[in-house]
Amino acid sequence: MNRRDILRFLAATSGVAGWPAFAQSGSSLPRLVTISGAITEVVYLLGAEGQLVGTDTTSLYPAAALRTPKVGYMRQLSAEGLLSLRPDAVIATTESGPPVVLDQLRSAGVRLELVVADHTWGEVQRKVQAVGRASARDAQARALQARLDDEWSALQASVASAGGRKPRVLFVLSHSASPQVAGEKTAAHAVIGFAGGINCVGGFNGYRPMTAEAMARAAPDVILTSSQSIEAHGGLEKFWERPELALTPAYRNRALITQDALLLLGFGPRLPAAMTDLHRRLQAT
Amino acid sequence: MAVTGKLSCSTVLIGGAVMLGLVLATAASTGAYPISASQLWRVLVSIGQAGTVPSPEYMVFVNIRLPRLALGLVAGIGLGMAGTLLQGIFRNPLADPGLIGISSGAALAAGITIVLGASLWPELPRTLGSWTLVTMAFGGGFLVTLLIYGLSQNEGGTRMAMMLLAGIAVNALAGAGLGLLSVMATDEQLRSLQFWLLGSLGGARWSAVALVGAIVAVACGLGLALARPLNAIALGEAQAALLGVPVERTKRLAVLVTALAVGAVTAATGIIGFIGLVAPHWVRLVAGPDHRVVLPGSALLGAALVLAADGVARTIVQPAELPLGVLTAFIGVPLFLAMLRQFRSKV
Repeated sequence: MNRRDILRFLAATSGVAGWPAFAQSGSSLPRLVTISGAITEVVYLLGAEGQLVGTDTTSLYPAAALRTPKVGYMRQLSAEGLLSLRPDAVIATTESGPPVVLDQLRSAGVRLELVVADHTWGEVQRKVQAVGRASARDAQARALQARLDDEWSALQASVASAGGRKPRVLFVLSHSASPQVAGEKTAAHAVIGFAGGINCVGGFNGYRPMTAEAMARAAPDVILTSSQSIEAHGGLEKFWERPELALTPAYRNRALITQDALLLLGFGPRLPAAMTDLHRRLQAT
Repeated sequence: MAVTGKLSCSTVLIGGAVMLGLVLATAASTGAYPISASQLWRVLVSIGQAGTVPSPEYMVFVNIRLPRLALGLVAGIGLGMAGTLLQGIFRNPLADPGLIGISSGAALAAGITIVLGASLWPELPRTLGSWTLVTMAFGGGFLVTLLIYGLSQNEGGTRMAMMLLAGIAVNALAGAGLGLLSVMATDEQLRSLQFWLLGSLGGARWSAVALVGAIVAVACGLGLALARPLNAIALGEAQAALLGVPVERTKRLAVLVTALAVGAVTAATGIIGFIGLVAPHWVRLVAGPDHRVVLPGSALLGAALVLAADGVARTIVQPAELPLGVLTAFIGVPLFLAMLRQFRSKV
């Protein structure tokens, strides 16, 4: 008796047999709700923004996405709120929740496409395919897929041909007083690898605060951070005033690369472009 | 014992029931999914009738909105009654179910499940499925309450002052434990824990409602029987003992009922604060301190407050929703202060 059986049993006991179709059957294209900034970007690239009826709070690009109805944060969705938008499909990552709400959506006949987020190029491919399936635009999705795959191969070729030099990079996440650095199993770690750098800290998963001595020992050549972090600090000057950074080689050269957080870490269709830019700037340091 | 206060017992109870009915009706007809009054009427009429094809409104109401309303009702009743019981045995209107560790114990257990569950007990989700977190939270709250109760025992019985101090200490320890778990957690786990701590009725399913409802019903039955003993204890524990009231048994039963009711509610909804503190005080302001009135009255008022707060939580930023714990404070505090101003002389 595994989790799925228990959920089926619970769904049955709540009298869910014979849900009517919430979907608009017929000629119109499927109405979409997207939960994740990257997935929203794919919808716009496939030209399906007319079908988009709701997005989550991380969907910030392109600017038109800010004007769609916001269904909240991806881990705290509201079943009734989502259903009030009359979606035919909800495309999200496996991190979305709570699980009860996802079950209620499935029971209501809404097509739920969940993409596994594992910080690889496959994740981006899965997002494109999921949106293509859900929006009934498979042909456009395949075309987009092919174009992005070409960009990705070009990136990998240029990184491979760049030679042996791999700069030591430290990703700093700093939206509040205590900055944290990215260890393994994070989007930042994967991204540093894609762009031909080395994450100079390791041995732990996730984001952790780091002492000044540990940062000095890690000796990053370049600091990588999001532009939102710099703004949260009040500008580049204030950022460099952080005592932990003062002992690093990066500080001596003021070697800092910033990119927009969604562009850098969102694992969306702009990833090849973002990585190409990052690779170029890493090689220039 | 004569009822002192502006309103009589039956007025308070009937008024409370009417108010709860109005709040329930309003909450049932508002929500992110638009259901008109006539559609709602048709849905209510067709509940239980077999054979008809259910409309989308029926499905949204019966499977999403109605269990949420039921859970809110049950939660408010449990929290209001538990707050009254604790204020009765502590003989202090500032007492709140969180004092005896239920909330912090449940929170710590929930944190351990969310952050360490996969590594410590990988088999647990397979057996308990989606009930893992609920069961662990209930168990945690109950165990911590048991610990605090145990720490407050001496030869003379339960020392309430000791219980208060033990509660403060154990709550601080649970808080530190949660802090440690926050450091160890991944981003996803941290966010899940954060939202659990803020409280929400969004996870309401009929199975959970039935279970919590059954526990709260039992707790209420036991709690209402404590009204007379609590009235005596209000005179002082020694005086109550001389009047023949079984003081130790009353205290033990009150703590048990609180642990059951608040534990079950917190396990299902996360931490909903402020109801157990405000509801009894408000009822006392209008109806006097007789527990035979205050116990059922604060159950009714607690339910009304939770339903009102949840109604706002799920409509004010639709199609998203706010956590309930935030709303109970924002709605409860101004009403409470307004009440205090009006009845200044009686405080």
